[in-house]
Amino acid sequence: MTSLPAQVSGQKKLGLVIDLDICVGCQACATSCKEWNTQGYSAPLNDRDAYGTSPEGTWLNRIHGYEVKGAEDEQSRIVHFPRSCLHCEEPACVTVCPTGASYKRAEDGIVLVNPETCIGCKLCSWACPYGAREYDYDHGVMKKCTLCVDRIYNENFAEEDRVPACVKACPTGARHFGDLGDAESKVSRLVAERQGYDLLPEMGYKPVNKYLPPRPRSSEKFTVAPTPSETKSDGKSRIEDFFRWADRLLSR
Amino acid sequence: MHPAYSVILFTTASGAGYGLLALLGLVGFNHGPASSLWFGLAALVIALCLISLGLLSSTFHLGRPERAWRAFSQWRSSWLSREGIASVITFAPALLFGALWLGFIDGPQWIGLAGLVTAAMCAVTVFCTAKIYSTLTTIRQWHQKLTVPVYLAFALSTGAVLLMAIASVFGRYQTFQAGLAMVTLLLTLVLKYLYWRQIDAEPRDRTIEAATGLARTGEKVRQWEVPHTAENFIMKEMGYVVARKHAEKLRRIVMILLLAAALATVLTVLVSALVVPLSLVAFLLAAAAAAVERWLFLPKPSMSSRSTTAPNGLNS
Ligand code: SF4
Ligand code: SF4
Ligand code: SF4
Repeated sequence: MTSLPAQVSGQKKLGLVIDLDICVGCQACATSCKEWNTQGYSAPLNDRDAYGTSPEGTWLNRIHGYEVKGAEDEQSRIVHFPRSCLHCEEPACVTVCPTGASYKRAEDGIVLVNPETCIGCKLCSWACPYGAREYDYDHGVMKKCTLCVDRIYNENFAEEDRVPACVKACPTGARHFGDLGDAESKVSRLVAERQGYDLLPEMGYKPVNKYLPPRPRSSEKFTVAPTPSETKSDGKSRIEDFFRWADRLLSR
Repeated sequence: MHPAYSVILFTTASGAGYGLLALLGLVGFNHGPASSLWFGLAALVIALCLISLGLLSSTFHLGRPERAWRAFSQWRSSWLSREGIASVITFAPALLFGALWLGFIDGPQWIGLAGLVTAAMCAVTVFCTAKIYSTLTTIRQWHQKLTVPVYLAFALSTGAVLLMAIASVFGRYQTFQAGLAMVTLLLTLVLKYLYWRQIDAEPRDRTIEAATGLARTGEKVRQWEVPHTAENFIMKEMGYVVARKHAEKLRRIVMILLLAAALATVLTVLVSALVVPLSLVAFLLAAAAAAVERWLFLPKPSMSSRSTTAPNGLNS
């Protein structure tokens, strides 16, 4: 199982497209992911010392924050950056697995860990350049994003609900789910339009998930507008004089 | 590598065990049956104990040790699986070789072949172990051409010193044993030194800018917010601050220990009255060198992700 399935052209490649321009870092996707996957496919996502002084737990999706900054006087930009498994096409996390517990599905490219056969050797976590694997200390097995395999094919759900929990939960629509193997799919067109990119392409893992970069910032320099009360009236606008007077009065 | 202490000691132990066993195989190939039953028996038992200890301990840090048998199934792609299989297969020629050497099975004409196969399987097993690390492209310090030679050299040199020590205890000490130990110790030292030079010379190009893909020309990316308030698995797994903090000192310690082991080995040739204590000291020094080296090697690469808590190998 641990060898990768043969690639055929036109292969279905299910994955996520995450819009870094829109994500507001609200953690809804991470929370929803935890909630869904705690009752789902693998053993429950554990938490330790949950109400103690140093709580920790297993999460399949975490949102990082980065500051991007150019020249000294340029205003910095904050980018919220959700990270989960990228369901790579050439993932060494799968091929290093000695038991075959880690595998990539031939039919849709989803990378999964079988919780019944994983021995918890943790080698896969060393092989993943994206830090996408998490170890569950309570069950002794590795966990990772399942692309919500137990939602997206669930026929008990209405059609529109057959998407990953994180996609469903995102209040801003920053997350998209679809078939990246089909050039005509909504996600593929989005990637083409917005120059979606791969993380660490030089590693050769060929991630399926794509990130849409933040849109270019406006070229205007950010300057603080002078507050009204500081400028002198030109005497023409009585009503503005009144507000200036009010401002001074209230500022006391 | 959180629970690494035991792993370090035991990979060192099984390395010395495989080195010793391989050399015994070659000795058997060369000289035929043991001229001393007790020496042969002691050496074989020590080698097999060290190896088994290493193998057993490696299952203890698994999350699910009771499923360890499953690890034999993925030899087509996984070096960890191949290592497991090779280590188990090695027991067959080794036990046959031992039985022939000690006269439990009568067939002196087979001993050379059994010895050779045993030696080869020992080399294969250590090779597979080293490959687990050297094929991980995510960790720069492991993904090196010299990783495999260094593993083999440590197994061979610690095995050679151990062979000398056991031989001297049983009154079987010979100058060629000291010569072999010295040459392999110095070889190990040179290879490890070259390995360190290599990793130091390489650019540390895995920057946070590259890992996020966020920066345009001239822009800098800085971690601004972490996704969790406590340590997470990645950080724990990867953190081994002490070894990294003192990396320079530890490297010097490894080199000094190896040199001291080589020196003690030379002295065994010169001071024949002290052969037993000197060769035992040489072995302890070589084993200590191997343990410190492993401590430095296993956890070193990881530190990386502490700063960003994201991709492995970052800034490393
Ligand atoms: S992101 Fe990591 S865990 Fe996911 S498929 Fe790629 S290498 Fe494997
Ligand atoms: S696809 Fe499912 S498992 Fe993966 S990050 Fe989203 S919610 Fe979590
Ligand atoms: S739910 Fe959407 S907006 Fe909120 S952190 Fe996740 S991706 Fe970003």
